[in-house]
Amino acid sequence: MRNPLGKKIVDIKPSGIRKFFDIVVEMNDPEVISLGVGEPDFDTPWHVREEGIYSLEKGRTFYTSNAGLMELKVEIDRYLKRKCGVSYDPANEILVTVGGSEAIDLAMRAMLDPGDEVILPEPCYVSYKPCVILADGVPVTIPLQEKNEFKLTAEELEAAITDKTKILVLPFPNNPTGSVMTREDLEPIAKLCIEHDIFVVSDEIYGALTYGTDHVTIASLPGMWERTVLINGFSKAYAMTGWRLGYACAPAEILAQMLKIHQFAIMCAPTTSQYAAVEAMRNGDDDVEMMREAYNQRRRFLVHTFREMGLDCFEPFGAFYIFPSIKSTGMTSDEFAEKLLKEEKVAVVPGTAFGDSGEGFLRISYAYSLEELKTATERIARFVANHRAFREQ
Amino acid sequence: MSEMKEKILSVIEKNSKISIRDLAIVLGEKEEDVAKAIAEMEADDTICGYHTIINWEKTNRERIVALIEVKVTPQRISGFDHLAERIYKFPEVDSVYLMSGAFDFCIMLEGKTLREVSRFVSEKLSTLESVTSTSTHFVLKKYKEHGTEMIPDKKAERQLITP
Repeated sequence: MRNPLGKKIVDIKPSGIRKFFDIVVEMNDPEVISLGVGEPDFDTPWHVREEGIYSLEKGRTFYTSNAGLMELKVEIDRYLKRKCGVSYDPANEILVTVGGSEAIDLAMRAMLDPGDEVILPEPCYVSYKPCVILADGVPVTIPLQEKNEFKLTAEELEAAITDKTKILVLPFPNNPTGSVMTREDLEPIAKLCIEHDIFVVSDEIYGALTYGTDHVTIASLPGMWERTVLINGFSKAYAMTGWRLGYACAPAEILAQMLKIHQFAIMCAPTTSQYAAVEAMRNGDDDVEMMREAYNQRRRFLVHTFREMGLDCFEPFGAFYIFPSIKSTGMTSDEFAEKLLKEEKVAVVPGTAFGDSGEGFLRISYAYSLEELKTATERIARFVANHRAFREQ
Repeated sequence: MSEMKEKILSVIEKNSKISIRDLAIVLGEKEEDVAKAIAEMEADDTICGYHTIINWEKTNRERIVALIEVKVTPQRISGFDHLAERIYKFPEVDSVYLMSGAFDFCIMLEGKTLREVSRFVSEKLSTLESVTSTSTHFVLKKYKEHGTEMIPDKKAERQLITP
């Protein structure tokens, strides 16, 4: 028999997170506490769930138009105006997708020709690189630096730009580091993008979750709207991960091609989720604020607790992750995570799952109750102290 | 009221067990400032007490909870407050609210037995001079109290590791 598989997909390495997930699942130990989850611990607000139920009761069980419900797209435009000061025409500049992840894939496939280079600042979410490769693009990674709080600097970007650079992926607030880019941080990046005629795919799925500073989209900077694909969604802000709903906003020319792929591959995003999302955007600001405040409290607790353990931890101002350095323990990220799991039964994700530059770091999620965080960090502190004592012997 | 005090209240309203140290950490404030703010709010009765929400159905203790609607004729000088005090001073009375609408006071009452509750209504409450009528409803089941679901559905649904 011939090889049934295509070379391109076979050559893509499975996600580093998957590897660690398998180890945890294999242990099958009920005492394991995980701080490894990339989704909110809150339930979707009841009024949003109730709206989904209502839409089913009313028999709204059909396809919507390919790009999504018009009333949802209108709400998305209102939301972006209200929160970020950017506007998109609901008729042809907004596309409702199956999660932000689909939008990332669509953007790459719609914009890349074979050999085009896509700049990925790492550590970052696991799907950009495979999506670029599947779209015949060439990923060019920039290892972000802890000393810059894992922000992308103009120098780093400029050094990575070549004649073939077409897209810069801008994943802020960042998973896994929690790093955010302020307006001042974005301005020199925007300048370079305009100078070198580069497009930006801005993944702002954590945009609603920033602490002490408001999220700024690069699309709101002069000259950037026309060269930015803004990606956002409902998963993180409204605790709606399982509803699988995101959106992409872009100039009509780009969006039309993304819509074409979406139309053939997906048809439309789930109808029930779209009705629920309308309610979330109309009446959900208070829920987001409540969750944001809870995350903020846990964020402060974790940063404080890890520093108290003697581990370096820069203060992240977005998403729901901290990214402490474990270099002082002498272990690699993988070693630390595996030993911690075996010895203290705490699951965390090694920074290397998000790119080589994550070596020496861990991603710790604070999408957990304060009680759970306390128990887990007590175990981690004991682990760090034990290994430190061992090293000093 | 200071912003810090508001924040303290919103945390301890849901979690009065939190230590002052942890409270200071999660709010990003100094421990001594938080301790001082709490002491002030205790002194000026902003914080009136720290209680525990208990699902008594899980215990052996028999308790009966009743909601009593009370109509009264308010007194000319002291109005409703004096009357309310006459009622809320009884230790078995759990809470008393002055209401708009068809009746005046809403009373939540706890007793060990049906007889204890009915004795309170017939002997203590109805005999108050200004009380013109009462209507007693017994609570059959508590589903939610003080924002807390009594029958929580806490099964962890999330996968252990996700990107």
